Amino acid sequence: MNRFLLPLAAFVLLLAVLLVGLKRAPEKSILPSPLIGKAAPHFTLPNLFDTTQPVTTAALQGHWSLVNVWGTWCVECRAEHEVLLQIKQQARVPIVGIDWKDKDEDALSWLAQLGNPYERVGTDRDGRVAIDWGVYGAPETFLISPAGTVVYKHIGAMTLEVWQREFLPRVGASASPGA
Amino acid sequence: MVVELGHYALILALMLAAAQAFFGLLGPALQRPRWLAAVPSAACGQFVFIALATAVLVHAFVSNDFSVKYVADNSNSALPLFYRVTALWGAHEGSMLLWILVLSLWTLALVANAQHLPPFFAARALGVLGVISCCFLLFTLLTSNPFARLIPAVADGHDLNPVLQDPAFAVHPPILYMGYVGFSVSFALACAAMIEGRRDQLWAHWMRPWTVMAWAFLACGIALGSWWAYYELGWGGFWFWDPVENASFMPWLIGTALIHSLAVTDKRGLFKSWTLLLAVTAFSLSLLGTFLVRSGVLVSVHSFAADPSRGIFILGLLVLMIGGALGLYAWRAPVMKSAAGFDFISRESFLLFNNILLTIAAAVVFGGTLAPLIADSLGLGTLSVGPPYFNPSFLVPILPMLSLVALGMHARWRRGGLGEARRPLLVTLAVSLLLALALSLGVYAHPLTLTPIGATVGLWIILAALLDPIDRLRRGLRLPASVAGMSIAHIGLGVFVLGITFVQSNTIERDIALKPGEAAQLGAYQFRYDGGQDIMGPNYEGFRGQVSITRNGAPVSVLYPEKRRYWVQGTVQTTAAIAAGFNRDLLAALGEDVGAGAWSLRLQYRPLIRFVWIGALIMAIGGVTAVIGRRREQSLAARAALPLGAAGQLRGEGGTP
Repeated sequence: MNRFLLPLAAFVLLLAVLLVGLKRAPEKSILPSPLIGKAAPHFTLPNLFDTTQPVTTAALQGHWSLVNVWGTWCVECRAEHEVLLQIKQQARVPIVGIDWKDKDEDALSWLAQLGNPYERVGTDRDGRVAIDWGVYGAPETFLISPAGTVVYKHIGAMTLEVWQREFLPRVGASASPGA
Repeated sequence: MVVELGHYALILALMLAAAQAFFGLLGPALQRPRWLAAVPSAACGQFVFIALATAVLVHAFVSNDFSVKYVADNSNSALPLFYRVTALWGAHEGSMLLWILVLSLWTLALVANAQHLPPFFAARALGVLGVISCCFLLFTLLTSNPFARLIPAVADGHDLNPVLQDPAFAVHPPILYMGYVGFSVSFALACAAMIEGRRDQLWAHWMRPWTVMAWAFLACGIALGSWWAYYELGWGGFWFWDPVENASFMPWLIGTALIHSLAVTDKRGLFKSWTLLLAVTAFSLSLLGTFLVRSGVLVSVHSFAADPSRGIFILGLLVLMIGGALGLYAWRAPVMKSAAGFDFISRESFLLFNNILLTIAAAVVFGGTLAPLIADSLGLGTLSVGPPYFNPSFLVPILPMLSLVALGMHARWRRGGLGEARRPLLVTLAVSLLLALALSLGVYAHPLTLTPIGATVGLWIILAALLDPIDRLRRGLRLPASVAGMSIAHIGLGVFVLGITFVQSNTIERDIALKPGEAAQLGAYQFRYDGGQDIMGPNYEGFRGQVSITRNGAPVSVLYPEKRRYWVQGTVQTTAAIAAGFNRDLLAALGEDVGAGAWSLRLQYRPLIRFVWIGALIMAIGGVTAVIGRRREQSLAARAALPLGAAGQLRGEGGTP
């Protein structure tokens, strides 16, 4: 064999490795939240609607619930708002909102204008609770079991498809017999 | 509107790059000399539009235009102006724009120096650069457009990664890219020589200055990156064998080999096909590095944009550029190979050893970098390759290589033996050995077995590099720039070896929890923790500790290590405090608040660590000295010889088909 062909042959071999590596790369890039299977991080936040009654993790006990991290400054939050309203209408799982790094007046006028999908909204002004929850960026939605453990986390805007594919089966599996 | 102009400018640059590639490659192939005139113009126009696009993106950052997605993702109105400019290369899209800008700068430099080259050859080289530019412009426009809008716009941006908010980050990527991308010129010249199937060795002569300049930039860029990691990542390491560090180090190793084999090809007409292969490999490794960093196949602390869809695209580009060049090599190298002999102990054979050992070293790094990927591809599970593999395996080829440097510098061309250099070489070796033993047993106690060996090698390289200049000065001879440059670069190498040797064997490191008033002893130095206070920065809050260092009771320095929390991203950043000195660094970094006023601290004493970076810098200075000095000498010689009509010969022969 022509020895001057060897570099090309080595390169072809390398390409094969890179191609296989590339195929497998997406699996690595999905980072599951380290919180999954663990108790939801505790928080006590000022209530957006009623300053005398703080929103705490106690609101997540005893039934399935969603924790949705949002802000009026967040573009995708607006995109998912309609979906959250529809989830509220189904009345299967109450949504607790964490209004992240936002102004109260902005949040109140946003909810007045677009409708309020939330059962309660806690305001996380300085973003400390979001850090405890490992939030990368709004919106993020967590599914919390009746025992108060984090079951699933969705990063980015919620869609009906995600809701039906990822959330409902998890809730349905254990919730329907008791519900 | 301005932003769309930037986008449009980038598209125009793509058109011009295509024109440059088309006329540059087809003009000579179809024997159309008149087509060649379009090539330099296309290259210049391309540079203008790429510069314009870059200026537009800078403007978007400076004016806080958060309707641009890239700006919204990587800047914030609270970010200081300086970092809003450097945020340009803070993530993937902007880095690609910087890559292209640097490539067009090198292209422009080649255009400016093309009058020394035969027209067809220059056009072909510029054509190859046009192909590369086309590929990267296409990639940027199609998969990573920095001008993409975010609609509706956000009120404020997501902020620049705090690790990158540092002055060293302002210069590290541009200089690194100057080196990385600079090898594209050597690559283009090699391709042009192969397309023409040149049997002479003039192409090696033309390629030398370009290779040395790119190599010098790369040395500076790598050293800067290492220095930045040392104080910014907070834990005092200066080299982690991280895939991205390796991606810049491999082209540098091959570039070093290339410089030396070019010397042989230029002077003696030997190693031709090998030199061509090295020129192709150096740039291929740069491209591969780009692929590894950008596609997310390797998980690294550096990979800020992992997107597999980009990976496929880059892979396609690799096939075109590297595959094309290697195919050309397989076809043309057989006719270009050289046939001449040399003695076993001649300059040629030492440079051959240098090449082989450097290539093995690069292969060691390559294997270690790709091993996790290969293991994963074969389904063998996750494999983590770190310093325990790299440090010893890298030494296996590198230590013999370094031991031969002093001899290689003084071996004669063609003829065997060391000639009259034998005696001074033996004397310098003896002196180095004595000095090294004194250093490793006297000054720096508790040495490892390798300490005196490393010190001897480092000192020997420095002393041997000084022999030639001193000899010439004593005899009242002029010192040519090429000799001066080589000596300086080798002195830099020696300084680097000394630094690495003592840092590796005599660093003292302690992780310890201290209450205010308590102290820890590291060698002769006492570190006392004096407490600390909360602090407030422009876009962060944090805690600043105070550590007083004394040596035998005499005050040495007071350090203020910080732990910062950046508001926007909520990232916690450890900023180590370093008392830098010529012969040692003392470092303190804050770990965790362990309660009751106590903090866990990382304290370090690192001897001679500055030598590592100073050595790299001296190497780069040596390279630049050789290129610039030689250029001056040549233009002086050409001016002196002009009346005799010899200047025409400098241009080499005209274009061969």
